[in-house]
Amino acid sequence: MASASLLKSSPVFDKSEFVKGQPLLRQPAVAAVPCRPVSSSALTVRASSYADELVKTAKTIASPGRGILAMDESNATCGKRLDSIGLENTEANRQAYRTLLVTAPGLGQYISGAILFEETLYQSTTDGKKIVDVLVDQGIVPGIKVDKGLVPLAGSNNESWCQGLDGLDSRSAAYYQQGARFAKWRTVVSIPNGPSSLAVKEAAWGLARYAAISQDNGLVPIVEPEILLDGDHGIERTFEVAQKVWAEVFFYLAENNVMFEGILLKPSMVTPGAESKDKATPEEVADYTLKLLKRRIPPAVPGIMFLSGGQSEVEATLNLNAMNQAPNPWHVSFSYARALQNTCLKTWGGRPENVKAAQEVLLIRAKANSLAQLGKYSAEGESEEAKKGMFVKGYSY
Amino acid sequence: MGWIMLEYSVKFHCLYIIAFASCFLKFVRLSLLLILRTTMSAFVGKYAEELIKNAKYIATPGKGILAADESTGTIGKRLASINVENIESNRQALRELLFTSPSSLSYLSGVILFEETLYQKTSDGKPFVEVLQENDVIPGIKVDKGTVEIAGTNGETTTQGFDSLGARCQQYYKAGARFAKWRAVLKIGPSEPSELSIQQNAQGLARYAIICQENGLVPIVEPEILTDGSHDIKKCAAVTETVLAAVYKALNDHHVLLEGTLLKPNMVTPGSDSPKVAPEVIAEYTVTALRRTVPPAVPGIVFLSGGQSEEEATVNLNAMNKLDVLKPWTLSFSFGRALQQSTLKTWAGKKENVEKAQAAFLARCKANSEATLGKYTGGSGGDLATQSLYEKGYKY
Repeated sequence: MASASLLKSSPVFDKSEFVKGQPLLRQPAVAAVPCRPVSSSALTVRASSYADELVKTAKTIASPGRGILAMDESNATCGKRLDSIGLENTEANRQAYRTLLVTAPGLGQYISGAILFEETLYQSTTDGKKIVDVLVDQGIVPGIKVDKGLVPLAGSNNESWCQGLDGLDSRSAAYYQQGARFAKWRTVVSIPNGPSSLAVKEAAWGLARYAAISQDNGLVPIVEPEILLDGDHGIERTFEVAQKVWAEVFFYLAENNVMFEGILLKPSMVTPGAESKDKATPEEVADYTLKLLKRRIPPAVPGIMFLSGGQSEVEATLNLNAMNQAPNPWHVSFSYARALQNTCLKTWGGRPENVKAAQEVLLIRAKANSLAQLGKYSAEGESEEAKKGMFVKGYSY
Repeated sequence: MGWIMLEYSVKFHCLYIIAFASCFLKFVRLSLLLILRTTMSAFVGKYAEELIKNAKYIATPGKGILAADESTGTIGKRLASINVENIESNRQALRELLFTSPSSLSYLSGVILFEETLYQKTSDGKPFVEVLQENDVIPGIKVDKGTVEIAGTNGETTTQGFDSLGARCQQYYKAGARFAKWRAVLKIGPSEPSELSIQQNAQGLARYAIICQENGLVPIVEPEILTDGSHDIKKCAAVTETVLAAVYKALNDHHVLLEGTLLKPNMVTPGSDSPKVAPEVIAEYTVTALRRTVPPAVPGIVFLSGGQSEEEATVNLNAMNKLDVLKPWTLSFSFGRALQQSTLKTWAGKKENVEKAQAAFLARCKANSEATLGKYTGGSGGDLATQSLYEKGYKY
C-alpha cells in the first residue's frame, strides 16, 4: 500500500515471531523523536512515520481466535477488586495480582494484547522480570491506558467528559519507549442523561484528538466511546444512540486525519438497559450490534474489540459468539476486564497456593472467548460464578 | 342475499361496529408508525423493504447502470457532435437504439433517464419504461435541476432541485421509476473544495436522499469531484476521503437508510493536467478511499466515468475488482459517455447504422460487465473506445 515512507527507528513486531514466542523487543538505535516527512499536500499526511507499524500492530491484535485482556484498572479501581477478596490496596498486592495474570502459561494463544495501567507498564513481576517483557515473550502486545479519567461536563445534563489530552504527545512517546504499542482512552455516554449533543460531540472529539496524537507517536489507538448500560431503556433506544455516537466519532476521526487501518474500536454491544423490563437473547444482541457496525464502521478498520460493561462472563462470551456466526468485514472480538478476570480473582483470593488454579480459570475464560471469536463456543459446563452478572449501577471505573 | 334479509337496525349496528373497528385499527397502526419513526434512527416507512431489495438488485455482480439521463441541452451537444439535429424524434431514436438491444440489457441492472425519456415510447408505441422492465432493468430518473455557483467561493457549486421534490418523486414512482439520481459537483484547487462547498453539497445529497426514500425511490448519491487540475493522485485521494466522510455524516444525520442507497463516486485519479498512472494504482487509491469511508451497509458502488475514455473506465473498474482486499460492497459502473461514445459515433444518426451501433453498445456493456467481475481482458472496441472524453470545465 502506498503510504508515507517510514523511518525504521522503532522496534518492529513480526507476527511470526509471536508464534515462535521469541523475545523480540529490540531497543531502538536512535532517540525516540520521529522525523515527520514532508508530503506534497498537507491533506495527505496520515499517521506520519509510523504508518506501516501501526497497520501491522493493529492487524496482529486483530488476529483470528484472539482478543484483548483489559487489565488497566487504575489504582483506585484495582483497590476495589482487591477489597472484594479481602486484600489491602498496596503496590505489592497489585504487583502480585498482575504477575498472576501475565504469567498464566500459554495465555498468548488466546490473548493478543493486554492493556496496562501506567504503574504496571513500569513494573516488574514478583520475580523481577519486566511485565512488558513477560507479555512480549507470551506473544502479547502491551498496551497502555492514557486517559486521565472522567470528570463532570459543565453545561451538560450531569454528564461526563474524559480528560487526558494535556501532555499526551510526550507521554505517548515515553510509553512507546517503554514498550507499549497501543493505547486506550475510555469515554462514556449516558442514555438516562440524554445523551445531550454536547456530551456526544465532546466524547467523539476527545477520542479523535487522542487517536491522532497516539498514531503520531506509534501507538495504535483503541477508540472507546462506552454507552453505559445504566438505564431502563429498551434495545431500540440503545441502537439509536449508538448510531448517533458512531457517526460523530467517525466524522471527527476523519477530520483529524486518523488512519483507519491503524486503529481498533472498543464499542459496547447493543443491548437493553440494565434496568429494562426487556431482555434480549444473544441472537438479538448480535443482530442489532452487527446492524450498527455495518451502518457505521468502514471496512478499513481491522478490529472491533467489544467491552463487556457489566455483563456476566458467560453472557459476554455468548453474545460475542452470536456475532461471529457468519464472516464479518472486520475482526469482531473482545477486550474484556471483569468478564475475563472475575472468577480468576475470586479463585486466587490473595493466596499464593491458589495462583495455579486461578491461572487455569483465566485460561478457561480466555479460551472460551477465543472460541466465541471463531463462532465455535458452547456454554456447556460453565461454572455458576461465571454466570453471575457484574452490573454495578452508576459504576465508576 | 343474507345481508338484505337482515333487519335495518341490525344492519345499522353492524356497519357502526365495522366503521368503529376500522378507525380504531387505523389509529393503532398510525401510533405504531409514529413510535417507530421517533425511535428508529434510519428511514422506516412503507418503502423500506422495497428500497433495500431494489438497491441490492441494482448492485448485482455482473451488472451495472447506463446513465442515459442527459438533459435536453446536454444531449444536444452529443447529437451536434454527429451532426444530428436536437429534436425530440432524434432524442427518441437514440434512446430507442440503446434500449431495444436485448442482449445489451442483460448486462444492465438499471438505466437512468431524463424526465422526457421517462414518458417516451418506441416507434412501435411501447413505453420505454415497459421495454426496460420486461428485460429486468430498473428505470431510474434524474431529479436534480442542475448546479449553480455558491456566492463568495471561487466558482464552486451547489445543486438545485428541492422544490416539490417529494411530489415529483411520487409522480416518477407512478411512472415506473424505482431509483433516482442527483449530481453534486466539487472541484480541487488551491483552496478548494472549501468547507462551505463540502457542507452544502453533503447536506444537499442527504436531503435529496431522504426525500427519495420517503417516496419509494432508491437514491443514488453522487458527489463528483472533477478531475480538472494539475494535482497528483494523492491529493485526489485525500479530497475524496474528506468529501465522502462528510457525505456519510450528513446521510446518517438525516436518517437515510444506507441499505437502500447506492454511491456514485469518481474514481481516484491524478488531475487532468497531470501525468497518467497505471490502472492498478488508480484501483489501489480508489478502493482504499472507499474502504475508509463507505460503511458495509451500502450494497453497491457504481462509478462515474467523468471524462475517461471507454476503455480506460473499463480497465480501471476491472483493476479494482481484481484487487485482493476485502470489499463489502459491489464495485460496478454507472457510465454515460463511457458506454455511449462509440455507439453514438457509429450510429451518426442514420437508420442503416442502427445494427452496427447496437453491436458497439453491446460490446461496451459486456466489457464493463466483465470488469465488475475482474474478468476483463481488454481490447474491446476500436479507436473510438480509447478516445478521451475529457472536457475542461465540463458542464453537464
